[in-house]
Amino acid sequence: MYRYDEFDQTLVDDRVEQFRGQVQRRLSGALTEEQFRPLRLMNGVYLQLHAYMLRVAIPYGVLSTRQLRKLAHIARRYDKGYGHFTTRQNIQYNWPKLYEVPDILAELAEVEMHAIQTSGNCIRNVTADQFAGVAADEIEDPRIYAEIIRQWSTLHPEFSFLPRKFKIALTAAPHDRAAIKTHDIGIGMVKNAEGETGFEIFVGGGLGRTPVVAKRVRGFLPKQHLLSYLEAILRVYNQLGQRNNIYKARIKILVNQVGIEAFTAMVEEEWQHLKDDALDLPADEIAYIKSYFAPPSYEKLEGEDASLAEKRLAEPAFARWLLTSLQPHKAPGYAIVTISLKPDGGIPGDATAEQMEAVADLADRYSFGEVRVAHEQNLVLTDVRQRDLHAVWQELRRHGLAAPNVGLLSDIIACPGLDYCSLANARSIPLAQQITRRFADLDRLHHIGKITLNISGCINACGHHHVGNIGILGVDKKGTEFYQVTLGGSADENTSLGEIVGPAFDEHHVVDAVETVVNTYLEIRKNGEDFITAYRRVGLAPFKETLYAAH
Amino acid sequence: MTVKAITANRLSDGNVVYLRQDDTWSERIQESIVADSEDLATALLELAKRAVAERLVVDPYLFAVSVEDGRIRPLGRREEIRAAGPSVRTDLGYQAAAE
Ligand code: SF4
Repeated sequence: MYRYDEFDQTLVDDRVEQFRGQVQRRLSGALTEEQFRPLRLMNGVYLQLHAYMLRVAIPYGVLSTRQLRKLAHIARRYDKGYGHFTTRQNIQYNWPKLYEVPDILAELAEVEMHAIQTSGNCIRNVTADQFAGVAADEIEDPRIYAEIIRQWSTLHPEFSFLPRKFKIALTAAPHDRAAIKTHDIGIGMVKNAEGETGFEIFVGGGLGRTPVVAKRVRGFLPKQHLLSYLEAILRVYNQLGQRNNIYKARIKILVNQVGIEAFTAMVEEEWQHLKDDALDLPADEIAYIKSYFAPPSYEKLEGEDASLAEKRLAEPAFARWLLTSLQPHKAPGYAIVTISLKPDGGIPGDATAEQMEAVADLADRYSFGEVRVAHEQNLVLTDVRQRDLHAVWQELRRHGLAAPNVGLLSDIIACPGLDYCSLANARSIPLAQQITRRFADLDRLHHIGKITLNISGCINACGHHHVGNIGILGVDKKGTEFYQVTLGGSADENTSLGEIVGPAFDEHHVVDAVETVVNTYLEIRKNGEDFITAYRRVGLAPFKETLYAAH
Repeated sequence: MTVKAITANRLSDGNVVYLRQDDTWSERIQESIVADSEDLATALLELAKRAVAERLVVDPYLFAVSVEDGRIRPLGRREEIRAAGPSVRTDLGYQAAAE
């Protein structure tokens, strides 16, 4: 993975000392809260319902085991023994003390981590396919370009005060696992007719109050132009984005107002001034970054490991776990393992310090010392030999990390909601817990099959509810929690926004409503089609019928 | 009017605190001073703002409570959770100490 050079390290170390000074001046009274708030936000420190919250950037979700152990150490030493992995592949600590945050940041800097640009109107942490570099279906390793974008966007002087926050996501596989069309800029790697690799660029995606699926601004961008083209998009947005209304400040609103054709024309025009100049990416520069992501020394192995088949037959629980947890690896005899952070009754995305350390140990022992964070709030071991899968599974089981539910109904994405978040209308986590308990029966869960369920505690949509096959949004009705249900959302290459099914449900009926939706699907499904396929065939009507007929 | 109390976060560590009768801040909602008139509520908020200037707390605000048999109960889920701790982690927050 990428390692800091001297420049990166100095920059991060300087920021720690700068923030240490700022905290001291705040505590001594030299800075008022109004002066201090933007400074703490620039360093990832929010004030939440119970306490401060610190959001730490995990660039494109890639962690070394050294870093993961440090995150565990911070959870134990400075927080309450756990952390929360988010839909932006970051980690949040829920209970840091302001006076200790500079020490936490200093510890993070020791392992080349920080909390810069995890808040504020700047380019946020770049996210990417969690299987980048190892997925069998990818065209090229997108981490190289994610890292190039990270370097370009870090403390970019022109883009530190954008009209609003700005999110970029990247994938290099035809099957989009990074939800690129829900981002301000989504980048997919593609091949053109000549067989060259380049980028397909989408703009103006986003969720929140005004959910929009990103539109394509460019079908093919040669690699060397990546940064100049992104810079052109950001410039147009920086100049024309509405700064006077927070609800209209995202690039999606601008793109919708001027239309994608006009927007594209402006970007292309701006780009003419920028291309083939300082931002050009020469091949040797790309090769240099690429050298950081050289594949580990894989053993030469046969396609499918023979011992695996035996163990699969002998142990049904192991077989079940294999069914949901594995992704095809590009090296024969290896597998990508997704570790579910969604146990029955658990808190989606939460991991204890011990669990983080257990995963780090497993990665060191079996997976070349690298771990990924998936935007679905799970962790990933990228390079496990198939013959080691059984040992990995047993170890995961010991730590409560072997729920065989990745990609199934109980693999719920949920924001912290009203249990932690000061902006929330309603709680998210208890719903997730109730749903995982309601669907705890593994035969039933596997029978239902592939489906996504996303929960947000308010319209800010941190739980991406608009793009869940089933989406749940917490709303406040006169001080009481209610939940609005949407159906038909999807966050992959066929991104779609869910449609509201009808009046909201109260907290005592929303889990029943989910069950009704699932049962309705099971009745209408044909030839084993998954939920979203069935939904696209029949639409909202049958679900409306079963959900509200009795009322 | 509804009876109100004042909450804020302590500047240094972020902990939730409630304004007491004697103008100090407590981690226990039961020690809150409650305002049963608009005038008192406004006066309390002024006091709280002074505590912000004195670097004791940040983001103070009034919220509705009920008082029954001398016990103060926050009205609404948000303030209930704030006073107790996350409803999904009863081992954390003030509720943990109370058990
Ligand atoms: S969606 Fe709303 S409630 Fe959930 S974390 Fe985001 S801001 Fe908080």
